[in-house]
Amino acid sequence: MKNWIILLIFCCFGWSAYSQDDLLGLLGEEETTDYATAAFKTNRVINLHSLESTAAGVLDIKISHRFGMLNRGAYDLFGLDNATIRIGADYGITNRLTVGFGRSSYEKTLDGFVKYKFLRQSSGKKVMPITAALFASTAVQGLRWANPDRENYFSSRLTYTYQLIFGRKFSDNFSLQFSPTVVHRNLVKFSIEANDVYAAAMATRIKLTKRMAINAEYVYVLPDQLVPGYRNSLSIGFDIETGGHVFQLHFTNSTSMIEKGFVTETSGDWLDGGIHFGFNVSRVFTVHKPRH
Amino acid sequence: MQKFFFLLAVILLVGGTVNAQKYFTRAGKVTFTSEAPVEKIEAVNQSATAILDTESSRMEFAILIKAFQFEKALMQEHFNENYMESSTYPKATFKGQIDDATAVNWGKDGSYPVTVSGDMTIHGVTQKLTAPGTITIKEGSIAAQSTFTVAVADYGIEIPSVVAENIAKEVTIAVDVQLAQLNK
Repeated sequence: MKNWIILLIFCCFGWSAYSQDDLLGLLGEEETTDYATAAFKTNRVINLHSLESTAAGVLDIKISHRFGMLNRGAYDLFGLDNATIRIGADYGITNRLTVGFGRSSYEKTLDGFVKYKFLRQSSGKKVMPITAALFASTAVQGLRWANPDRENYFSSRLTYTYQLIFGRKFSDNFSLQFSPTVVHRNLVKFSIEANDVYAAAMATRIKLTKRMAINAEYVYVLPDQLVPGYRNSLSIGFDIETGGHVFQLHFTNSTSMIEKGFVTETSGDWLDGGIHFGFNVSRVFTVHKPRH
Repeated sequence: MQKFFFLLAVILLVGGTVNAQKYFTRAGKVTFTSEAPVEKIEAVNQSATAILDTESSRMEFAILIKAFQFEKALMQEHFNENYMESSTYPKATFKGQIDDATAVNWGKDGSYPVTVSGDMTIHGVTQKLTAPGTITIKEGSIAAQSTFTVAVADYGIEIPSVVAENIAKEVTIAVDVQLAQLNK
């Protein structure tokens, strides 16, 4: 008898609690996978490729400029009288696969690259601590042969770069990435130079406001591969975003804006004012709209 | 006597589950439209969660902000990063009820105009909201539609003056859900 009363009370109580409860709670949480986005504002940090891809169907036109070195003094208006430029275009074939090409005034070089993101940082249902991408590029140097009388081969103009890019967006404001790099040069000037140059690159972004960030990158070239005089590339810059454009303003000791150049041919000395002021302007166009 | 209590208990249990009819979906459609002088921005979310209790006329909605799909990838990034701050405020919710509970005859097919009011939470800010809508009952399934506007500033979302011509101060939200009975 007593038991039945308890059951009755329980039923009444249980029932009323059931209908008072918040309704969404009844459905329970459906676990979803949350992919990290926008670890960097664009697919470049400064010179280095960032772990970001260009979104599917998006064309990203990039115009990059490096003025002359600051230590050229007032006569050259601290480098502003000279400039090297790279004009390029990147396109997202899928959200993971980006291709691009560009033409640099520095050594009249044409370059093309493929980048494939094979891991995406995510939390929730599927947990992946990092984003990782493979990058490969080819550069064709276009200068006239220094010595046209001897037999010259087209292959001598070619350089290849392979990179594994991996990193993490630690918080909304802080992203960090590493990229082990190898640059293969078909032809080098001196026999003491390595054809395969191994380097380790590191880059970070610190977001200051919603539309502004500080970037920094450093490329450490393993010793005894380059002739003396070449230095590691160090760049520091600002990203400023204004709707469809991203302006990247920076200081760097590298003249070239492509891997084979800034990894193996950086000559500027930061301590001696061997620094270029430069900028990248990126403008995206949605060429192909995704279907809902 | 024991029998009586047993019966009462059974009636209450059964009665409870029969009366507390709940309908839900996890694939509701929510469309967001911003019409500004320079640009029309539209985004669709196809995975809204909604639940309706026909007994109490209460309704609740929850949507993941990141699930809004835009035509332009950059717009989607800006929407999440700069405006909705979806990593901090991943969801928007609405918890309310149909104002006039007698407006709908849940047992009879038909289309019933209703007014729904309750608490809307977007970008971590909760505001009272009243919106007109339609409940359509057809062969035991329930559909609900509603279109209303929200002022972006009410929810603490800042629009910088640079893009004031591109983003509307009031955006239109259209909700369209097909609910199925919840078996619990």
